[in-house]
Amino acid sequence: MTTQAAELVRPKPATLSARIVEFLTRSPVHIVLMIVAVIWLVPSVGLLITSFRPRPDIASSGWWETLSTANFTLDNYDQVLSGADMGSSFLNSLFISIPATLLPLFIGALAAFAFSWINFPFRDTIFLAIVALMVVPIQMSLVPMLKLFQSLGENVFGDRTFVTGSFGGIWLAHSAFALPFCIFLLRNFFITLPRDLIEAARVDGASNFRIFLRVVMPLSVPALASFAIFQFLWVWNDLLMSLVFVQEPDLLPMTVRISQVQSTYGVEWHLLSAGSFVLMAVPLIVFFSLQRFFVQGLLAGSVK
Amino acid sequence: MILLLALLVYPVIWTIRLSFDTGRGLEPREWVGFENYTRLFTEDRRFLNLDTFPPEGALVNNVLWLLLYTAICLAIGLLIAVLATRVRYEALIKAIIFVPMAISAVAVGLIWKFVYSPDPDIGVLNAIRTGIFGLDALPYLGREDTVNYSIIFAYVWASAGFAMVVLSAALKGISQEIIEAARTDGANEWAIFRRIQLPLLALPISVVTVWLMINVIKLFDIIYIMTAGGPNGKSQVIAYMMYDQTFQGGKGGYGSAIAVVMLLLIIPIMFFNIKRFRSQAIQG
Repeated sequence: MTTQAAELVRPKPATLSARIVEFLTRSPVHIVLMIVAVIWLVPSVGLLITSFRPRPDIASSGWWETLSTANFTLDNYDQVLSGADMGSSFLNSLFISIPATLLPLFIGALAAFAFSWINFPFRDTIFLAIVALMVVPIQMSLVPMLKLFQSLGENVFGDRTFVTGSFGGIWLAHSAFALPFCIFLLRNFFITLPRDLIEAARVDGASNFRIFLRVVMPLSVPALASFAIFQFLWVWNDLLMSLVFVQEPDLLPMTVRISQVQSTYGVEWHLLSAGSFVLMAVPLIVFFSLQRFFVQGLLAGSVK
Repeated sequence: MILLLALLVYPVIWTIRLSFDTGRGLEPREWVGFENYTRLFTEDRRFLNLDTFPPEGALVNNVLWLLLYTAICLAIGLLIAVLATRVRYEALIKAIIFVPMAISAVAVGLIWKFVYSPDPDIGVLNAIRTGIFGLDALPYLGREDTVNYSIIFAYVWASAGFAMVVLSAALKGISQEIIEAARTDGANEWAIFRRIQLPLLALPISVVTVWLMINVIKLFDIIYIMTAGGPNGKSQVIAYMMYDQTFQGGKGGYGSAIAVVMLLLIIPIMFFNIKRFRSQAIQG
């Protein structure tokens, strides 16, 4: 036993020269990985350092020169967060993303439950149609949906801009596009739940809605979390739908505000760099705190 | 269900209808038959220009994207997935490559606009060109011959992590016994990769390829941020042109025709997904 184990463990080179030889034989792997890591890190590190530099410094010298002249400030972040536009657009992004995640999650979970545990005519055909709908490009629906929201505002609320001038339009639009994927993802999870469990609850006289709420939902937390994270980041990072469906300037989310700052003030890198990192902060926090669900969600989203 | 029909199926029909109309002010005005489509494919040089060599236009740019972006993402994803298993800092290197997946294309666009800046005191690439090689600064995003490659690489940076994670998960699923057996039989590392790992990765590679292709057809945000289609419309792609024509130009019918072209390009992918879903259902 012991000799076998010793063979499996790679013996540590005894001398320094032996270690160097071993390192050199494997060094191409290390070198390739290092080069890729540098290419992947330098762009964002550069912008991160820039976001802490005073405005005149940014214009007069590259960020790589700060290594010798460490001169950092939080002014850019102060300016971005206290500036009327950017600070409020950060909140707008939250006000858009959170309901636009919860709404499709709730409706989609109900629908997915119906598709997996309730019998109704053409169930599988309709489900297949939903799978097909997932890849329909958003561009196909932008104009008609905008028109739909305007007539909804006009006919129901008596004001043409009621839906598109509030968060209502963007919530509805994001929910509609998220539903097929949500139903697909959750249905595939729900059908893996043990049939006996659902049947037992039914025998005990629980209604479908009660089974959904008390049995299915608590067992599906991982799948629900994967979808929620995927959807939240999707909405947070979205630019196109906000450009079309948020028509009130005070309600614009951060992605749109930053792109406006860029086109109106030209390349104000002290604002753009700090703004980008405020925009990136939320996804990065989600990424590092919920990495497992996050990767699952993205992998599941590969069909979208 | 009704909501789904109202918000997803109805708009598709509406957009197809509008694509046969002038659609000024985004309303149906005047039926024009296939005029939008014929104009798109035969007259509009921003969309498709076959008179030059190589051909130009938004559609051609999408083909360029399809070839380069897909190939480079797959190559880098595969390279890192294979190599990272051999080093102790595997988790770290994978996190570094994957993180850009989480951030908005707006941020990606700005990060790379910064790298490509023509000012050698701002853009690191031009600082290297002028400072180390003594060459003139190059406005990567302002030149017609470099702009597409520059944006493609920026987007590869943002999405190679996806290819890496999927392929790496698939690699881990390959039984170590097979690889050890091959090694005992004297196979070198390259042969193991080429004859064992690569064939077993065929399915995940096709999944990633489909995902990247959908990405290319829907490509919009990064173009909007980095160049707005410029210079001289040379970096336009179909999804950007659809937005530009519809919402900046007010040509609802013309924009709808472009959207329908996008849908037609995506339909084969739709069938692939359904087929895959069906075969999974049978296995399951």
